[in-house]
Amino acid sequence: MTSRFDDVIIQTVCRILIPFIQIFGLYVIAHGHSSPGGGFQGGVILGASFILLCLSYDIKEMKRRLSRKRAILFSALGVIIYAGIGLLCLLLDGNYLDYGRLHRILPVDPVRARSMGILGIEIGVGMTVMAVMVTIFIDLASEEEKRN
Amino acid sequence: MKLIALIAVSLTGAILIYGTADMPDWGDPGSPASLHVSPRYIEKSVEETQVPNIVTSVLADYRGYDTLGETTVIFTAGIACILLIRRFGR
Repeated sequence: MTSRFDDVIIQTVCRILIPFIQIFGLYVIAHGHSSPGGGFQGGVILGASFILLCLSYDIKEMKRRLSRKRAILFSALGVIIYAGIGLLCLLLDGNYLDYGRLHRILPVDPVRARSMGILGIEIGVGMTVMAVMVTIFIDLASEEEKRN
Repeated sequence: MKLIALIAVSLTGAILIYGTADMPDWGDPGSPASLHVSPRYIEKSVEETQVPNIVTSVLADYRGYDTLGETTVIFTAGIACILLIRRFGR
């Protein structure tokens, strides 16, 4: 896998850095309900880690980990998770997005269920944001690749 | 045709600018939002939603439906970018 951007220093630094960026992104998503952060911010950090992978290696390396088709699936899945949690609350005899009702199917009390429901929708938002960023970047970068 | 478009855009802009004259000053403590909405969130959000972070309780609980719309907007924007940028059927 040779490209004109091959540089051992950049590739090594990014290889070490990317897992930490992704863990930080997951932390920002998971701690969204008790500290600054949330799905939008965490999703952007996760998407940026994939873009950094593409910049330091090349786009094939990034597509091997998250292909176009899978990125679109992820972006739709995020919205489905969000709307599905809302619908689940409706089916459990509550209002739409009334997370307290989730304690009927989760083995926790209503207070914890509420925080679980919010975590669930943050994960959905994060998936959508991450996948949309990656999709747009892949499309823009692929056109560039074809022209050269 | 261009003239009609210009007139329509200018008229809409003028109406919008006229509308801002009635809005309360930025950060005005006497505005309806500061008198009724914000105190309610600050006083009741922990009691009503059991979320330690007010921002999250507003984002995901009081206005959860709005956040669902935001997520859908991002998804729609992504689909629109795919349709515009990607080359199909080579």
